[in-house]
Amino acid sequence: MTVTTEQELAEAVKGATGPLHICGGGTRDIGNPVVGDVLSTAGLNGISLYEPGALTIVAQAGTPVADIEAALEAENQRLAFEPMDHRTLLGTTGKPTIGGIVATNASGPRRISVGACRDHLLGVRFVDGAGTTIKNGGRVMKNVTGYDLVKLMAGSYGTLGVLSEVSLKVLPRAETQATLCIFGLDETTAADAMSAALGSPYEVSGAAWDVDRTMHLRLEGFENSVNYRVGKLADLIKSYGEVQIVDDPTASERIWVAIRNVDALAGKDVVVRMSIQPSALSEMHFATRNMFVPYENGPTFDIMTDWGGGLVWIGADANQLVDCAKVVDGEPSAELGGQVLVEYLQSQCAFSGGHATLIKGPGALRNAVPVFQPENPTVNMLSKGLRNKFDPRGIMNAGLMG
Amino acid sequence: MQMPTPNQNVLSRKAQIVERLQGVLRDGAVIHSESEVRAYECDALTAYKCPPLCAVLPTSTEEVAAVLKVCHEMGVPVVPRGSGTSLAGGALPTADCVILGVARLNSVLETNYDDRYIRVQSGRTNLSVTGAVEAMDFFYAPDPSSQLACAIAGNVAMNSGGAHCLKYGVTTNNLMGVKMVLMDGTITEIGGAHLDAAGLDLLGLICGSEGQLGVVTEATLRILRKPEGARPVLMAFNDNEVAGACVADIIKAGVLPVAIEFMDRLCIETTENYAKAGYPDCEALLIVEVEGAPEEIDEQLALIKDIALKHDPVELREAQDEEEAARIWLGRKSAFGAIGQISDYMCLDGTIPVSSLPMVLRRIGELSDEFGLKVGNVFHAGDGNMHPLICYDANKPGDLELCEAMGAEILKLCVDAGGCLTGEHGVGIEKRDLMTHQYAQQDLDIQMAVKDVFDPEWLLNPAKVFPLDSSASRRIAAE
Ligand SMILES: Cc1cc2nc3c(=O)[nH]c(=O)nc-3n(C[C@@H](O)[C@H](O)[C@H](O)COP(=O)(O)OP(=O)(O)OC[C@H]3O[C@@H](n4cnc5c(N)ncnc54)[C@H](O)[C@@H]3O)c2cc1C
Ligand SMILES: Cc1cc2nc3c(=O)[nH]c(=O)nc-3n(C[C@H](O)[C@H](O)[C@H](O)COP(=O)(O)OP(=O)(O)OC[C@H]3O[C@@H](n4cnc5c(N)ncnc54)[C@H](O)[C@@H]3O)c2cc1C
Repeated sequence: MTVTTEQELAEAVKGATGPLHICGGGTRDIGNPVVGDVLSTAGLNGISLYEPGALTIVAQAGTPVADIEAALEAENQRLAFEPMDHRTLLGTTGKPTIGGIVATNASGPRRISVGACRDHLLGVRFVDGAGTTIKNGGRVMKNVTGYDLVKLMAGSYGTLGVLSEVSLKVLPRAETQATLCIFGLDETTAADAMSAALGSPYEVSGAAWDVDRTMHLRLEGFENSVNYRVGKLADLIKSYGEVQIVDDPTASERIWVAIRNVDALAGKDVVVRMSIQPSALSEMHFATRNMFVPYENGPTFDIMTDWGGGLVWIGADANQLVDCAKVVDGEPSAELGGQVLVEYLQSQCAFSGGHATLIKGPGALRNAVPVFQPENPTVNMLSKGLRNKFDPRGIMNAGLMG
Repeated sequence: MQMPTPNQNVLSRKAQIVERLQGVLRDGAVIHSESEVRAYECDALTAYKCPPLCAVLPTSTEEVAAVLKVCHEMGVPVVPRGSGTSLAGGALPTADCVILGVARLNSVLETNYDDRYIRVQSGRTNLSVTGAVEAMDFFYAPDPSSQLACAIAGNVAMNSGGAHCLKYGVTTNNLMGVKMVLMDGTITEIGGAHLDAAGLDLLGLICGSEGQLGVVTEATLRILRKPEGARPVLMAFNDNEVAGACVADIIKAGVLPVAIEFMDRLCIETTENYAKAGYPDCEALLIVEVEGAPEEIDEQLALIKDIALKHDPVELREAQDEEEAARIWLGRKSAFGAIGQISDYMCLDGTIPVSSLPMVLRRIGELSDEFGLKVGNVFHAGDGNMHPLICYDANKPGDLELCEAMGAEILKLCVDAGGCLTGEHGVGIEKRDLMTHQYAQQDLDIQMAVKDVFDPEWLLNPAKVFPLDSSASRRIAAE
């Protein structure tokens, strides 16, 4: 089913006789697998309003992100939360839509300095599970009129309604950027160095530690200012290792696009994403690496962190997964290993605060484990209550979030 | 302003209710004598007053839970209260309610500079959160003008902003987690020291819910390292609209100041008489502040001054030292107080797209003539958050009503210009009945359905936010 207007969308939902599977650009097939008629928003296409002087853009939910980025670039502006493009990591095709970005609250490295997608979302229009068209928020920077359903809709993965229009705050592009790198840091030193950088006044807009153990720090702004801060920051972190400076903005940007898209884990079969307190990083890393201590030649995982240590990506291939399976009884298989790994990481997060989401994995695995971190009972009760109100028939991406 | 008729069934049981509450709290934590409850009869919207049934001052989350359990069982409405500085009547009692004040919950529970957060009890004042981390050169960014008095509890409930939110965002952008008690006494934690929600973003929903979904007892807040320095520049213009156009040009140019504040003639003259900040004689002035190292500040201010020069300013005054910077801010910071010295006033809070500033300012001037009431404008121009101050005489019969009618016209104007009724003060009772101008019935219904989930009996701050007739069936069902 493809709809081209909000009204058609509302009628399609109202008239639905069974579950619906909402699809933007279809660059993802993830979450707990959803059955249902595909309802595509790709036909809801177009920028309805763009006011560079007010830093706002309003677009229909099915508008390709690329179109929005092109329009912004022409005015030297950007989506500051730098949404990830999943196609490399997941090996999918299709055109990511702005509705898909909002529905997943997708946010990149700049999350730590400017906030997430939800922090830039000013207003939404959506059709709830009963087919009612609802608006919340608007297109101004500050708005506390009534409850903030805007935040609630961001990251609700289509389980509360289908977005038809979103309005977003945009920001000026930085004049230039530079990246400071230190090679060969272990997780503890990298976490310390990133904390020192983020606790400095130099406005670090990216802090990541890559699979190859390189730590990267990004500075953006006007040229003189970036030069000044590069000098100051290099001085501040030199005690952690030799500092290399990438001052060519194009080269620097390439580094951050790869980090944003988690390119380094593209070859992995199972990829888990964790949001944790940064100082829990080394403990998490240590525990995970040593999960198989009793087993000789236990697996080593590929681990990448962003957000100064607060965002951890863990990837495993088939061999590593088979090794994971050895810690439990039963025939060691990649499938069992995936299950062990995801449940292990979720239990770690439940213990130390934070959450783990299975981002990439075969359908069987996604059926076998909770894709999203299980919630505490009260939060779960409230979330279920909200889903019941927004979608009384339980037809919107049913079960996707568990 | 209409308020629901108090529930007789609650009023008549005052003695039992007080006794039950005394049973779960320490001595002196239940305030119920007629003279003492007067301290809680209003918030900063002083035009409306009503003493509550009683007030309680718990000292722990567990005590808050015990109070709510009692009230839930006995069907008594509860109005949470921080410091009572709400300008929207958010903390205004009803005669049949228990005021639940969190002022005694004011400790710092944890500070973590590596992960850049602080965990505090919600009764702690906004300024003292920064006070707790200042020695390490950190600060908590949202800075409402009331920050000396207002509590984090109220900030979270109203999603408060401040002069510096152009760069740092409002409360919701700096809030990482809360501990909260539901109306039935259930204690829960939402969010924490990590970023973003695991599932639905309930934290985003709770921030700004005006004390209607739960009572917040603790908050985890993001703290930031102080910038190396900051410097304001003052720009004076001979026309409001030109100043408005200058704001839009600065924003477009790619510099992101931390603050762009606007004052018009009435505010400039009044504050001059009151605070003597040495402001120039002009129609409108802007205070633009940027941050960084001295060289970085120079670079940004040069750009901003170039833009201002294209708009024929009467004066451009860049702070040469700390003292001059403080003087530039002095007038802005004392503006509300200064107006309060010369007149009773009502402070509005509509937000508009920055591009509509000139048009909206002109129209407000026209409305001022039509209604015959003076209006001062002092506001956060960078994000279009207007604060028209309508002056009236509380002793003159009919003047308050005239002022409210004019306020309603201005707020509708903001909505019609593509904006909203309130940018940071909240709806409370003040803008409750205007909600239908911004939202259709189904938009309000789904919001009320959210309250149904958190507080099915509609006992928490029930007479706020939604027009009384929209919420009537739910509130009456609760009785
Ligand atoms: C489980 C999961 C985890 C993710 N994790 C991250 C992450 O960690 N970081 C990151 O940057 N990005 C993340 N993403 C985001 C991401 O997949 C893409 O960037 C984005 O979804 C691409 O848009 P699309 O149009 O291709 O969406 P699709 O792949 O078509 O849809 C993505 C999801 O959004 C829903 N959806 C799409 N359009 C709408 C709409 N108009 N209204 C309501 N719901 C809609 C779909 O039902 C689906 O659940 C995640 C996505 C999922 C599903
Ligand atoms: C001179 C002056 C200047 C101001 N400047 C600004 C400004 O610049 N920016 C701005 O945003 N606001 C401003 N305000 C408004 C006001 O200060 C804010 O709304 C503030 O956040 C209110 O905090 P409070 O602790 O006083 O809350 P209260 O007035 O006590 O309560 C406000 C609301 O919060 C709810 N609430 C209180 N405690 C809790 C709790 N524990 N759990 C759940 N809900 C609770 C109440 O029920 C009520 O609805 C100003 C007010 C004044 C008087």
